[in-house]
Amino acid sequence: MFGLRPMNVEFLARLQFAFTIAFHYLYPPLTIGLGMILVMMEGLWLKTRNPLYHNMARFWTKVFGLIFGLGVATGIVMEFEFGTNWATYSRFVGDIFGSALAAEGIFAFFLESGFLAILLFGWDKVGPKMHFFATCMVAAGAHFSAVWIIVANSWQQTPAGSHLEIAGQATPLGHVFQAGELGKARMVIDDFWGVVFSPSSMDRLSHTLVGAWSAGAFFVISVAAFYLLKRRHVNFAAASIKCGLVLALVASLLSLITGHDSAQGVAHNQPSKLAAMEGLWETRGAVPLHPFGWVDTKNGQTHGPQFPAGLSLLVAGRTDHVITGLNDIAPELRPPVQATFQCFHLMVTMGMTMIAVTLWGTWLWWRKRLGDLSYRPTHGFLMVAVPSVLLPQIANQAGWFTAEIGRQPWIVWGYLRTSEGLSAAVKANQIVASLIGFALIYLLLFVLFLFLLNRKIQHGPEPEESHELPDNWLGQSRSDSI
Amino acid sequence: MDYNLLWFVLVGVLFAGYAVLDGFDLGVGALILWVDDDHDRRIMYNAIGPVWDGNEVWLVTGGGALFAAFPPVYATVFSGFYLAFILLLFALIFRAVAIEFRSKEPWRWWRRGWDYGFFAGSTTAALLIGIAMGNIVWGLPIDANGEFAGSFLGLLHPYALLMGATTVALFMMHGSIYLHMKTEGQLQARVRTWINPLIIAFIVCYALTTLATLLYVPRMTEILRTQPALFAVVVLLALAIANLPREIHRGNHGFAFLSSCVTMFLLMALFGLGMFPHMVYATPDPAHSLTAYNSASTSRTLHIMTLIAAIGVPIVLSYTATVYYIFRGKVRIGKDSY
Repeated sequence: MFGLRPMNVEFLARLQFAFTIAFHYLYPPLTIGLGMILVMMEGLWLKTRNPLYHNMARFWTKVFGLIFGLGVATGIVMEFEFGTNWATYSRFVGDIFGSALAAEGIFAFFLESGFLAILLFGWDKVGPKMHFFATCMVAAGAHFSAVWIIVANSWQQTPAGSHLEIAGQATPLGHVFQAGELGKARMVIDDFWGVVFSPSSMDRLSHTLVGAWSAGAFFVISVAAFYLLKRRHVNFAAASIKCGLVLALVASLLSLITGHDSAQGVAHNQPSKLAAMEGLWETRGAVPLHPFGWVDTKNGQTHGPQFPAGLSLLVAGRTDHVITGLNDIAPELRPPVQATFQCFHLMVTMGMTMIAVTLWGTWLWWRKRLGDLSYRPTHGFLMVAVPSVLLPQIANQAGWFTAEIGRQPWIVWGYLRTSEGLSAAVKANQIVASLIGFALIYLLLFVLFLFLLNRKIQHGPEPEESHELPDNWLGQSRSDSI
Repeated sequence: MDYNLLWFVLVGVLFAGYAVLDGFDLGVGALILWVDDDHDRRIMYNAIGPVWDGNEVWLVTGGGALFAAFPPVYATVFSGFYLAFILLLFALIFRAVAIEFRSKEPWRWWRRGWDYGFFAGSTTAALLIGIAMGNIVWGLPIDANGEFAGSFLGLLHPYALLMGATTVALFMMHGSIYLHMKTEGQLQARVRTWINPLIIAFIVCYALTTLATLLYVPRMTEILRTQPALFAVVVLLALAIANLPREIHRGNHGFAFLSSCVTMFLLMALFGLGMFPHMVYATPDPAHSLTAYNSASTSRTLHIMTLIAAIGVPIVLSYTATVYYIFRGKVRIGKDSY
């Protein structure tokens, strides 16, 4: 992907950012997806008063707490890393990008972390409705967090609501920085809502959120399928897998729509990224679509099966739509083609697989055969469902790698190159030290996370308590509660 | 409306809020090894259990606000203090996962190990925060491009280390007062015996820091000379500190904690008064300094940020207060506890 390059500051800074963000990104999507699941389960409990749903809510909340903690621990790193390793970028975009991050803190992080206290520890301290409110607030906070970070990243991809200033003078797009100019240059905000609703932000936000819902949904489906196969906690598992399937169905189908909209946006706003995503070299009409393939960058060719005119149709609804190829884009303005192509196709393949698995499970549910292990399609589905937890994880990572590799060489599209955004005060050996530190610590964290998660899953939910609930339990006040 | 002054103050308030809130979390972490019994340690973890995560958000938001309002300051400080910030991140990561992981398994080696991690992470974080503040006060080598021109080891000079020690002592004192509020019985009696020595340790460190500041960084007290009415802040600070042993002696745990919070806010206020308008004071050439006026975002951004804060902060404060209210009183270990 990077080729063989010397251990220079740019390579190391990019490697560290890629590594830390990829590891961090294992957790927030699960938080967002599981947040929806928790709202579903606790809502069902309040509505039906069935203690099974209460049990489900308690179990999945504990899992949620573990994942949330790792999201927080790895998330602070990201906020600091703009300043530590990308200081020039930070000065350049602070007027806009910084505001989005600060908004994320004020509107999202405080909300989810504040109400987390009640979610995790407040079951016996507040009434059921207040606790459900807290659950909703944590889920909302997680979603708001996605809003602001996607707004920030989308502004990088398709800058809007802002302009470039050099030494206080407005400068149009297309300026190439001369030596020493960058220190006096920055992007300046014109219109807050223009930034928030940049050309790509809403498409990418919706697509990212459904990817997160998929992560949570398949996580639940996977664990529940495991229990069903082992014939453990059967009622719990059956009810859980249905919650998972509902969310997975909505998410998988919406990911088709949101993905399509996002890709059309890329075709319009970031043509070099689209060309790399599909390995298109020649500018032409009737552009074929590759379900998978191999890019021969040296000879400017892409090999693999093709759907004739497929890409033209998807982008513009017409087979004769002309799309710009890489040959008509200056080489220094092309992203790494193979990496972008493969990551994009990996994401799509995972996405299609998720749709297939979801439809399979939903069909079995409709036929009321989900719990019937002797029925071959059910047994097959459950066997596939257990490892399916990996599908959205791979898809989410591959998608982001597509987005971020595909935008190269830009860190702010059209205005600032990634290589221009580094920290001048940081030496290569310092980054080697921090990179090794992160690698070791994150390896330890990941191993422990899997270990604790596995222990929790093996232990399973608490035995279902079928206690009698008094008639007026929803209206009961408790001595310690609000 | 002087947005630059407003945001200089607001960033200070956010970081002061962080110190007041996560200060006691880090203090509890520094104190965890002072009890030996597993149940006592669990009580200490759960004293901060529901609130530590929300408290840490003040750091994230403070950093975000600094990035938004004063991007060159954020960039220069975070990249200049590179290794120190990386170490701070590692410390905060260990603190977080120690709390999360520690009681999940019953094995002695597991729990003892994470207790050491919790201690190391908390103490290191407190120390590094103090060292960073000490360097900001002392002044940093900044070149004509606004970039840090020093080294990591160069940040570990005596004044910065003294400020680091003071911060550790302060957070431990603050943590012990918080624990005193949240514990009962034998554990509370033990915690009580820690408080007075820790108050003394803090006062000694702080007195040394003040002397060193007066002698070696006299510009920090310039504003008290030009605006003598501000000496009232010093008087209030002295009263707040003096009130600590007084409230403890009278058994008013809550007021003692409040006095500790007020002490920290006043310390930050003095810091801000001394620094203003500088955010990064440059040595040897002060002309390279980053100030609230030469390193700010555009006034449009500051205006937008003010609206965001005006809407967001009251909401945050109200549900934060609600959460603290719900979890008031002594720690009770339940099946959901850490």
